[in-house]
Formats: sequence, structure tokens, C-alpha cells
Amino acid sequence: MANFLHDNEDILFHLEHMDMDRVITLKELEFADRGKYPHAPNDIDDARDSYKKVLEIVGEICGDYLAPQAAEIDKEGVKLINGEVQYAKGTAEVLDLFAKADLMGFALPRKYGGLNFPTLMTSIAAEMVMRADGSFLNFGLQQDIAETINKFASEEQKMKYLPKLCTGEHGSSMILTEPDAGSDLPAVALRAYQDESGQWYLHGVKRFITNGCGEIGLVLARSEDKTGARGLSQFIYKRDSKMVIRRLEDKLGIHGSPTCELQFNDAPCELMGERGRGLTEYTMWLMNSARLGIGAQAVGIAEAAYREAAKYASEREQFGKSIDTMVPVYEMLTDMKVSIEAGRTLLYETARVVDIKEGLEHMAEVYPERAAELKSDMKLYRKLAGLLTPMVKAYATEMCNKVAYDAIQIHGGTGYMREFNVERHARDARITNIYEGTTQLQIVAASPGVTSGTAKMLIDEYDQEDNSHMGETLALVREAKEKLYATVELVNSAKNKVYSDYHSQRLVEMATAIIQSYLMMRDGKHSDRKKKVAELHIEKACSLVEHHRHFIAEGRAVLLDHYKEIIGV
Amino acid sequence: MGLNLVVLVKQVPDTQNITGEAMKEDGTVNRGALPAIFNPEDLYALEAALRVKEAAPGSKVHVLTMGPPSAEQVLKESLYRGADSVALITDRKFAGADTLATSYALKCAIETTGKYDIVFCGRQAIDGDTAQVGPQTAEKLGINQITCVDHIEQTDEDSLIARRSIEGGFEVVKSAYPVLVTMTDEGHVPRTSSAIKVMTYKNKKAGDPEIPMWSIEHIGADFEACGLKGSPTKVKEIESVVLKAQELQMIENSDEGLSNLMHSLIADHTLG
Repeated sequence: MANFLHDNEDILFHLEHMDMDRVITLKELEFADRGKYPHAPNDIDDARDSYKKVLEIVGEICGDYLAPQAAEIDKEGVKLINGEVQYAKGTAEVLDLFAKADLMGFALPRKYGGLNFPTLMTSIAAEMVMRADGSFLNFGLQQDIAETINKFASEEQKMKYLPKLCTGEHGSSMILTEPDAGSDLPAVALRAYQDESGQWYLHGVKRFITNGCGEIGLVLARSEDKTGARGLSQFIYKRDSKMVIRRLEDKLGIHGSPTCELQFNDAPCELMGERGRGLTEYTMWLMNSARLGIGAQAVGIAEAAYREAAKYASEREQFGKSIDTMVPVYEMLTDMKVSIEAGRTLLYETARVVDIKEGLEHMAEVYPERAAELKSDMKLYRKLAGLLTPMVKAYATEMCNKVAYDAIQIHGGTGYMREFNVERHARDARITNIYEGTTQLQIVAASPGVTSGTAKMLIDEYDQEDNSHMGETLALVREAKEKLYATVELVNSAKNKVYSDYHSQRLVEMATAIIQSYLMMRDGKHSDRKKKVAELHIEKACSLVEHHRHFIAEGRAVLLDHYKEIIGV
Repeated sequence: MGLNLVVLVKQVPDTQNITGEAMKEDGTVNRGALPAIFNPEDLYALEAALRVKEAAPGSKVHVLTMGPPSAEQVLKESLYRGADSVALITDRKFAGADTLATSYALKCAIETTGKYDIVFCGRQAIDGDTAQVGPQTAEKLGINQITCVDHIEQTDEDSLIARRSIEGGFEVVKSAYPVLVTMTDEGHVPRTSSAIKVMTYKNKKAGDPEIPMWSIEHIGADFEACGLKGSPTKVKEIESVVLKAQELQMIENSDEGLSNLMHSLIADHTLG
């Protein structure tokens, strides 16, 4: 097959054109590792060159080894044999390739054996991996968990755990969900307690744990005699005989990924960070990191589904011509392609913002004397990351489901059959808008940023950029922007929480469409094709904005009055 | 105690992706029209050596190639995959070497590396397809050889056990060191480059300390036995045969269809 980097013109476009200077300078702490490690970059160009070369390795593994085995991995699935998880043959082989290629510590500092790559590059890599096989979660998950340990654990714990996560000798899992604590994580009940020597232990059951067989787990547990989030702490757990994998879930999709039910029987563990901050700080950080990862997963699965659909539509002939020459089919294909590119540009912008936020925080930690000077930027980028991360998770995962759904539609009856890949993509896509927080929870997370002015601030900043190349289209976007501001004002002025909640998804969708419009106009500066992609997106985005504005401003919110009678609650 | 492992690799034109421009009018390969790649079976040889190294801590993998300076690319790729050291055997006097002269030069280079235990090479290169260089090198070194190996099953301090693919099955062979093995592409899938090593070596060039160039003098080879002078092979003629499907014929998937096909193949003397 092809190298998944080389055959993806849109990723190559972004690699060439996106502004990474600040991301690189911050990540490299102004090139502090230069000369200390032979693989550390000397300057920005050297770093960019290294990023591309390493992504080529990921693209090779994805195209030549993972994608060709994905159907078989899906069919074979995972097994629980004598309490141990057995991956599908293809998964195990590719994990070994990733480890041998030194790719498992993508974002970790070099001193632990990592590559010290920014989140932006992790997102591109994760997208290619997910295009190859939507169930191969080991790569992305490992980055999220290792980075959380790197961010919050003690130096001693980092030296103890991170090197083996980098080499791939250890796999990992985030152990949060319980039977009665899914979206409602403050309800977590699994108990953590200390003996007289101070040793911590875990006792209780966790459910729906992705890769729960990993050697290193980050466990959210109740350590304090308090209810709610403040009673929860985060623990590092290393696999031993005190934890039993009780069962593997039989799932709709991502069959190559083991989803485990775990029983901790007084299993020894280590406290990470401070007591009582497990959910509010560490898990939230981990979840945000993972949400960006799921955004990348969604773009990757959508890319795979789109390619299958485009290929099929070009080969399938009906009424004497290929079906991609027919309006309903080529409209679907074009919408799929444009929505994927809209998702990708938002994903990369979000990753860039997250990188700057993390880079500033790291800089302030390493050089405390500069913290005051960095403070206002840190505050700004925290706000932006808080808005964009749930926004991209919500957009990309819903988009991915739509693309996978349409990919089956384009295949017709054939797409419903197991021997074609699109039904697998649709099954794999279906989890993306559920796990790491459902779309509804992403709206809850993104909505304050839209209603409190963060989105407006960001959009106004984008509006300062020179978009004269877009001609009249720019005026349409500006009109849509004003409609968003007015509608937000209207909803805010009602001062009614239920009313705000009712319209929150619509407002977030409006803001998303407009932010993407600006990002796509920015991309359009570098390529005539990208300019056309932006025009297509903007036409539909403006229509969506007007549709939502009309519903909110002209509607009477009758649902809020009648829903009880209609659904009987 | 680690083992000293030598891997012989070759940069070849990518004959698996032939285009119409692949041959010159005189019948020789138009190298400019074909991308240069790592000979596929040599990647399996390197992978086998790296796995032996992992199983026998302290072992070293030395990779050698003979070719023009541009062949540095296969050496860089060897470093990317985990080779400990590499050398480019390059000298104008090696030009025009046939398999006899090549294996002589390689023998001299292998001896230049010092004590060696196992020499790995691919079964054959996809340009010449002779499968002669490995066996001839072993002959010149005066050591055992095991050809067409798919797996190295075991390595001990003084011997190895290898599995050969033979018609209808496998043959398991044990040999004392030093030994030369030629690897097929049925073994472990070659690993890709290591991200860390790519970033470490990406800017290195032939002539840098990491990619030394060995001349005819450096390897102590006899000038008369190298290059054209040392090559008794004389090519009389090369013909460029381009196969073209003239027309499509559908054969029905039935006994009768196959019987008709056989008869027509016999009738036009394709068979028999």
C-alpha cells in the first residue's frame, strides 16, 4: 500500500504551510537540548525536517503494515485467556513495529527516551494510525497517559515509569469509569486507602477500561472521606496479581481494542500528585488530551471511509456511467471531503493552541523568573484550549459518523456487507462521539467559551488577518459572525439556564462553523484548491448559521413547554 | 559474549516498479529512470542480524555495501534500523565488477572488519537476480554457508541453527561459526527506521566518521582481481523484451473451459 503521509495531500499541505515557529520554540525550550542529544534539533527548520521524517515512518507502518491487517484484526478481535488479554496477531505485530521504531514516547522529553514532539505532530500521527485501523488505540492512549505522568508525577515516578512507556515495553490504560460513574465521574466509588506504613491500595471495580491489560494504569479513586470530585485522587498502578481482568466487553466496533472490566483486590499503587485533585486537575487534563486524540481518531476514520467511498464511486457503473458523475453522489463525496478538511484544520489549530498553552506553562515552570511575563498569554491560551478542545471533539466525531454513514450509502447494498471496509469504519466511528465524553458533554464544556466571549475574541482576532483573496466570500463570513454574536447576546439576555442549555449545541455549532471558515480562508491563501474548499464550506456554514439563528431568534422554544407531555417524563 | 555480525547489502534499481524507460537501447538498465532502493531481501538479512543481536547482548552489527557514493543511502537506512557501524566500499577501480570480482572485494572488506561470526546477506538482488554473491563470498572466505534461510532459530556462543526453505518443506541446519547465511523474504518482517536514529543520522554523508569510505587499498584487495579486470563474465547481448497483452480472452471457469485452454496452448506450442 501507500505511505499514509505521502498519499495524503492535505496533511502534507498543512505540514508545509502551518505556522509552527512558536510551538517549536516553546517545545524545545529555545533549543535547550541542542548538543545534549544527537537527535535534538538545531533550529526550527531542523525540527520541521525531523517531524516530517518521523511522520514518514508512522505513515509507512500505517500504510504497509497496519491498514492491510485491519480487517483481519477486526474479525479476529481480542481474547481473554486465563485472565490475560491476547491481542489480534496484526495488533501485536504492529505494536512491536511501533516500539522498535521508538515511536511510543512521541511527546515525552528526551531524557526519558521520548521524541519531545509537540501535540500537533502527535495529532497527525494519530490521525494516520486511525485511518489505518480505528481500533489501534495503543499509540494514542500511551501518549495521553505518559504525558499526564510527565506533567503531574514526581521526578522519581517519572524516572521509574516513563522510560518503559517510551520503549513500548509497558502498555498503559486510563482507569476512570465505573458501572455507576460514566459521564458522572465525581460519583467514582473505587476506594483507595493507606496502611500504617503509608502504602496506598486500591479496592473496587472499574468498567469499560480501554486496554485495561496495560502494565501501567492511571486510576481515579476515592481516597478522601468526602463526596464528589474533591474526594478523588489519581494513582499510578503497576500490574500485579492483585488486579483481575474479569471480562472483555463484546462491542459494536473497535474490535482490536480490549475493553476490560477490572477488579482491584487491595492492589498496591502510588499516589500521583496531590490528594483530592485527581479529577479536578489531573483527570481533566488527561481527558482533554484524550479528547484531542479522539478528534484525531475521528478525522482518521473519516479519511479512510471517504477514500473507500470515492474509490468505489469511481469504479461502480450504473446506467452506463460511473456513479461519481451523478449529482447526489458527487455532492455527498464533496461534502465528505470538505467536512474532513474542515475537521483537520480545526484539529491542527486546536493542537497548536494546546501546544502553546503547554509550552508556556512548561516555560514558566522551568524559568520561574519569567512566569509573570508569560502570565497573560498563559491565561489566554488556557481559555482558547478550553474552548477549542471540546469543540473539535464534538465536530470531528459527529462528522466522522456522518462520513462513515454516507460511505455506506454510496456503496449501496454492497456497503452493508462485511467484506467491504465501510461497515467496519461505521462501527468504529460510532464510539468516537461517546467515549472521552459524549458530544453532549463536549457541548457543555465548549458552551461557556461561546457565550462568555472567548469565541468572539478568537473570531475577531482571525478577522484581523488579510483575507482579501476570498473576495465576496469574506463578507458572507463576516455576516455570519455578526449573526452569531447577536444570537449569543439574545440567549444570554434571557438569563435562563434551561433556555441557554437548550440552545447551547446550536450556538457551539454556529461558532464552530465560523471558526472553521476563518481557518479555511487562511489555508486558501496558499492554494487555489484550498480557496475553493473554503468557498464550499462557507456556503454551507452560512446556511447552517442562518438556520440556527432563525430557530433561536424567531422560534418560541416550544419543546421546553411540551416535552413532558410528549415523552412522558 | 556478543557476536560479531556482518551484513552485506546492496542498493538496487527498483525493478518491481518498471516503467517503459527502464531499459536503454543497448539493453542495459537505465538507472536514472528507476528509483534506487534497499535490495528487499537484504532488509530481511539486516532484520535477522538485528534479532540475533537482541538475543545475544553485546553483539555488534556491521553493515557493508559496495557501490558509488550514492549508495550511502542504504547505509544510512541501516543505521536508522539499528546497525552499529557501516562502511561504503567505493573505488573507481571496483567499477564493472561481475559476481566473482564483487565477492572478492566483499571478502576483503569482511576480513577488514576483524573477527566475524556470522555474515548475513539477502538471497539475491532484484537487479541481477544471480544469487551468486553470497555463496561465492563464503567460498572465498573459506567458511560454511547456509543458503535460502528464512529463520535463524537459535544462536549459541559457537554455532547457530537456521531453517532453510526447501521444496515441499524445511531443512534445519546447524553450523559452527564463522558462517555465511543468505536470507529469503519469508522471515521476520523487517523493522522500519527508528525515529531517534533517523534524527541522529539524517544529515550524515559518506565520508563522515559514521559512514566511512573504504578504498581498494583500505581493504587490501588485489587490483587485478577487482572491477572489470577481475571479471571474467562477458555479456554477449542483452535483449529488452517487453511483454504486451495483445487481446483479452475470457476462459470459462469449468472443466470444459480449462480443457479448451489446454488444447489451444498445446496447439500454438506454448506448451509441449
